[in-house]
Amino acid sequence: MSEVDDIGAEIFRQEATELLHSIEKGLMDLEARPSDTELINSIFRSMHTIKGSGAMFGFTELSQFVHEFETAFDDLRNGRAVVTYDLIGLSLQACDQIGKLMQSTEGTEAENRRILANLGRLMPTVEADAPTATQDTAQSPQPVENGPSGNVMTIVRFWLGTDALRLGTNPALLIDELRGFGDTTIRALEDRVPTLGDLDPTDCHVGWEIEIAADLSDADIDMVFIFVRDDMDLTVERRVEQLSFAPEAPQSLQAPIADPGTELPALPKAQPASPPSAGETMRVATERLDELMDRVGELVIADARLQALTEATSDPAMMAVAEDIQRLVAGLRDATMSMRMVPIGSILGRFRRLMRDLSASLGKPLDFVTVGEDTELDKTVIELLADPLVHILRNAVDHGLERPEERRAAGKPETGMIELGARYSGAEVLITVRDDGRGLNPGKIRERAISRGLISAKDDLSESEIFRMIFQPGFSTVDKVTELSGRGVGMDVVMRTIGSLRGEIDLASEPGQGTTLTLRLPLTLAIIDGMLIDVGGERYTIPLAAVEECVELPAQHVVSSGGSSYLNIRGDLVPFLRLRHLFDIDGAPPEFQKVVVVSSTGGRVGLVVDRIIGNYQTVIKQLSQFHAGLKFFSGATILGDGTVALILDANQLVMLGRDLELRARRGVAA
Amino acid sequence: MKRDCQIDILTFRLGSEKLAIPAEYLREILEMVPITRVPQSGSFATALINVRGVVVPLTDLRVALRIPHSAATEDTRVLVLDLRNGDEKTTVAVLADQVEEVTIMNTADIGDVPPVGSPWPPEFVLGIGRHRGAFVMFPDLDMIFKTYSAADAVNEKVSA
Repeated sequence: MSEVDDIGAEIFRQEATELLHSIEKGLMDLEARPSDTELINSIFRSMHTIKGSGAMFGFTELSQFVHEFETAFDDLRNGRAVVTYDLIGLSLQACDQIGKLMQSTEGTEAENRRILANLGRLMPTVEADAPTATQDTAQSPQPVENGPSGNVMTIVRFWLGTDALRLGTNPALLIDELRGFGDTTIRALEDRVPTLGDLDPTDCHVGWEIEIAADLSDADIDMVFIFVRDDMDLTVERRVEQLSFAPEAPQSLQAPIADPGTELPALPKAQPASPPSAGETMRVATERLDELMDRVGELVIADARLQALTEATSDPAMMAVAEDIQRLVAGLRDATMSMRMVPIGSILGRFRRLMRDLSASLGKPLDFVTVGEDTELDKTVIELLADPLVHILRNAVDHGLERPEERRAAGKPETGMIELGARYSGAEVLITVRDDGRGLNPGKIRERAISRGLISAKDDLSESEIFRMIFQPGFSTVDKVTELSGRGVGMDVVMRTIGSLRGEIDLASEPGQGTTLTLRLPLTLAIIDGMLIDVGGERYTIPLAAVEECVELPAQHVVSSGGSSYLNIRGDLVPFLRLRHLFDIDGAPPEFQKVVVVSSTGGRVGLVVDRIIGNYQTVIKQLSQFHAGLKFFSGATILGDGTVALILDANQLVMLGRDLELRARRGVAA
Repeated sequence: MKRDCQIDILTFRLGSEKLAIPAEYLREILEMVPITRVPQSGSFATALINVRGVVVPLTDLRVALRIPHSAATEDTRVLVLDLRNGDEKTTVAVLADQVEEVTIMNTADIGDVPPVGSPWPPEFVLGIGRHRGAFVMFPDLDMIFKTYSAADAVNEKVSA
């Protein structure tokens, strides 16, 4: 295969994969709305595109298979078969098979045959075709050619819409496709071509008349024109040629559709037009977006340098320009980041399939509900999220939901419920997976944690600390390991991935009522607004989204004492941490220290700093493996003067504050 | 190391020792740059520096090779190295008290570490070479960086 072919094949695979996803989604929607003809048509269109472009790039077996699949599906379209659970299941298997065929055709023959044969059983017409499907190695779909008497000619006349060429339709390809059915005679029809004065050369005025030496059904012809059908004039005629006599024998059956041999209904004229509107979106390789993001990141850093210089000169003209540039850079940054945002709905479709399969294989009927599908997240984050979510959902179905009989005994509806939701909360996105199953059993988890030596029997742990144990490697409370989960490999992987995204996991559970798992993720991985602070001459950045307020350190706390480390902020006690102490900085602090109060879902903590420098756009750089283990830093950034500043991890600091608080309380109690 | 071929090496001083690394590891040599201390980071990778817009950890081979620490002088340089760990490329910076030269050495002149009497941890030394009448030590960079990045992770687990 030449390089060009390889690239073509790669593009085909990408597109076909997307189409497959949309077919899968369509199939599952169809299960919910079995009589939605537009849905069937859109599935059809996707299949047809896969078939057509598959054949173009040499995926012969694949397009053959899709063709048969499509033929089977035709029965649904014209109402000869009905949507059933089994049919959808089988169609989904066929989708998987298409996915396999895209990669390699080796050893797929038997499976092809099995799926098609099963489809045939569910849909009356394929049965006859199925055997030919597997033996037939011919390139193009060959319809039944021999009419009962003599040769049947099909005559197709068509005029494309006047703007067909401008929309990128290539009539030659359509004609080629018709040619594939048999011997053809092609004539151009010029009667609609206007006089030269009125002629717009970009319009398509020519029509074509094509005589094909084959008896084609309307469906065959429909297939050829499926993408342009809405805007064209098409007539189909059939004529039986007597073998020896005049070809113009007046046997012709006039158009539009008059073949008594097929029981197809008339072409669905009123197909809602949904041709993909070209020009509104374009595909861009992710690497290019990444590169753009890197450049913008550098620009932000350069801008910070410019701002630093300008402040030093205090030249008003210079400051005006610098201010303009700052505004433009911020705009560019936001625009670039929004380009990388993808709605989370783009991966939810995959999960619906997963849930359907899980429900079937585990025998647990369930409703899968999704909420907030249009919540947007950075593309990288979304991609990395897919695997952890699969683990979480599997766990929810496998361990969370009870068996139907248990549910009935517990007075719950037999059909379980799994909800996957996404929503914004401040600078974070919250993704929740909720089930209405049996809930976590803290006692059992505790027991298991003790027997595995993760905690000691004396440890006094809060409920949420106990729940966190399930994220430990190799931890599983199920006694029976199933094919799906229970080996305890899942949740620590989830924990690690979410951690690498600078996210957090919360777990809440009510025995008998179900479990809610919440993933908290930063909106973006690339650039944040940060507050720059100074501690002992070192500078650190705090994510601005986490900063609640800044206050003066009250006089009684200026000298560090062993006693209370709480601030009274409008009646609330807030524990505080001295960053000087935390970061091992010696020397006397300045007279007036500030406290930056940061918050996260875990609570609030005050950070005592020497000085607050200001707000800066912060380009986040990941820490290397040598520093990845440090808990208090989530990354580093480069400041305007070219030095590096560490970014504080608000969540971790809040947790540290809470630990100190708990310890202090216990100390008081003891 | 393969016998009887020539390799490009960079020689530099660390304390009183003369060290050599294959030149293919070297990306660039910088004069001392502003460094940002990383609190609680142990003794090996104690700081971060900005190398053309990339944040790079600054490490001190003296810690791994048990060479006594000395303060930075005007001869102190930062060697920026690209390490390959499987498919992953890591950029790290190491301190050098003085950079000497890039030169060619015969691999035949590089011998094994004597089993006794070596002041350095043997697992971190690839070999000892002889160059212009002096001994040069080839540190095992891959091993050193692997050990210390793993060590961090272990410490983290223990303290967590």
